[in-house]
Amino acid sequence: MKDIAQGYMTEDGRQIGAVLMELKNITLKFGGVQAITNASFDIREGEIRAIIGPNGAGKSSMLNVINGFYHPQEGEVWFHGKKRPSMPPSEIARQGIARTFQNIALFHGMTTVENVMTGRQLMMKKNFFWQLLRVGPALEEETVHRRKCEEIIDFLEIQAIRKTPVGSLPYGLQKRVELARALAMEPKLLLLDEPMAGMNVEEKEDMSRFILDVNDQYGTTIALIEHDMSVVMDLADRVVVLDYGKMLADGTPDEVQKNQAVIDAYLGVEN
Amino acid sequence: MGSFIYSVLGDPFVQMLQMPDFLMQVVWEGFVSGILYALIALGFVLIFKASGIFNFAQGIMVVFSGLTLVGLHELGVPAFLALFITLGVMYVLAFSVERLVLRNLVNQPDIILFMATIGLTNILIGLGQWIFGGETKSMITEQLWLPTGSSVWEPGGGLVIFQHIDIAAAVIAALLIICLALFFSKTKVGRALRAVADDHQASLSVGISLNHIWVITWFAAGIVALVAGIMWGARSDVSFSLQIIALKALPVLVLGGFTSVPGAIVGGLIIGIGEKLFEIYWGPLFGSGIEGWFAYVIALIFLLFRPQGLFGEKIIERV
Ligand SMILES: Nc1ncnc2c1ncn2[C@@H]1O[C@H](COP(=O)(O)OP(=O)(O)OP(=O)(O)O)[C@@H](O)[C@H]1O
Ligand SMILES: [Mg+2]
Repeated sequence: MKDIAQGYMTEDGRQIGAVLMELKNITLKFGGVQAITNASFDIREGEIRAIIGPNGAGKSSMLNVINGFYHPQEGEVWFHGKKRPSMPPSEIARQGIARTFQNIALFHGMTTVENVMTGRQLMMKKNFFWQLLRVGPALEEETVHRRKCEEIIDFLEIQAIRKTPVGSLPYGLQKRVELARALAMEPKLLLLDEPMAGMNVEEKEDMSRFILDVNDQYGTTIALIEHDMSVVMDLADRVVVLDYGKMLADGTPDEVQKNQAVIDAYLGVEN
Repeated sequence: MGSFIYSVLGDPFVQMLQMPDFLMQVVWEGFVSGILYALIALGFVLIFKASGIFNFAQGIMVVFSGLTLVGLHELGVPAFLALFITLGVMYVLAFSVERLVLRNLVNQPDIILFMATIGLTNILIGLGQWIFGGETKSMITEQLWLPTGSSVWEPGGGLVIFQHIDIAAAVIAALLIICLALFFSKTKVGRALRAVADDHQASLSVGISLNHIWVITWFAAGIVALVAGIMWGARSDVSFSLQIIALKALPVLVLGGFTSVPGAIVGGLIIGIGEKLFEIYWGPLFGSGIEGWFAYVIALIFLLFRPQGLFGEKIIERV
């Protein structure tokens, strides 16, 4: 793949921009376990970037490094062309990085709308005094944000469960609500940890379509982890392959599929 | 034997029916105590929900806030200014607890955090005694414009006495609870608090700062403690023995569930009223001091049948 500094053109004719995030020589350890070893790759503006690899390869750990849940022992994270200092995940969220979780993490006591509204939390500025009184500017602010949430709810076709407490929803819908909450943050970079795990074929197709639409309509850069190779081939512009915490390959879906090391890793061949 | 059964199962109810006005008096007094138990339990619940910490210091926070208020007034600070400063002190306390304790102990096992709150309890006791002295003080009830008289109600020739301070306590507690409920349901900070109570990681991922929320919850628990301190102080006195009463919050929590605000309220009322009824009507049978242990007995019995509390979700052990 020819990599031009300013970006590149995908096979389906989308223009990919400059580097948005760069991970440099990341090493992450948990006691004796080396979850990630010296991994480096970048994520470009407007791109759909997949991270794949066998179980325990360090994929989720990588997302956790990107959104600040984990702090790597070595390496640097560059965002918007600047080296990012160590900071709490809530601060990183404020900088425009949203995510979903491998094991859904929703607010179970809340309805779908309320969950999605938490994604607007950071943008609401009026203090609680005005919010309590429900007058003027605070009411206006609430209305503006609620409208945005309804738009996202429509976009993801979950209007029917707007007022349902999320705890009682089936798995596939919970995943969708989680995506809605992340989208409500209008993130620059969206991290999806196995967005289609445990879904049936039809649900997977829906989710794939939503991911493509999000990328297309909002221009959101997406990094996703996925086990289903056919889904990865359909969605991703570029793929990083991890195995036992080490980078095996980085390239277009076609390139990594042909890579011998990747084939071996997936077939379980020892070295 | 038969007369014993009668004195347990018959006589007390006969007495209740014979003197309904006295029964009403007993229930009312139990109700007011119950409200104060509920307030103390509410402080526990707020902190437990937001951070999963069983805050042993909640009781001493009641004493400490009351002591600060009265102590400042003794130093010549006008009552309402003292009230305002005490609120400030509770904020500083919340802020310091977050900075010095929670922030450093985050992700430690619950028992460590529990021990930390025991440490905090002793620090607050020491601090309170050092600054304001250990002797009993009386609440500055009138200076805070709280009523002190009493009214008599004579339903059908009977007699029920209402202390005005008790009525005020009930009204103020109700207002406080309504304010908290509105705050939780209608504001973005309230929404963030509920989010944190539900899931820490998810909260962080939408940009909610746990540290910020912890300060707010500890401050809210501090305000609740201050209100409880003023009300209880006005009914009796402000002294360190008050913290024993605060331990009554434990059975209330067992009854209401550790994470349920309505549970804390209903649990507080059940314990308050039940305890008073038992003391008056069954007390002579069991000897005095029944008020001290009755609540724990109710809680224990309750624990056997409904360990998750009145309003708690059913506990399902994952296997
Ligand atoms: N918080 C943690 N504490 C200790 N070890 C951890 C932690 N998180 C991850 N690990 C370890 O790091 C390694 C990589 O885990 P990770 O969850 O990143 O893998 P993954 O590629 O996402 O796997 P999967 O496909 O099963 O989700 C594993 O050995 C895991 O046990
Ligand atoms: Mg994973």
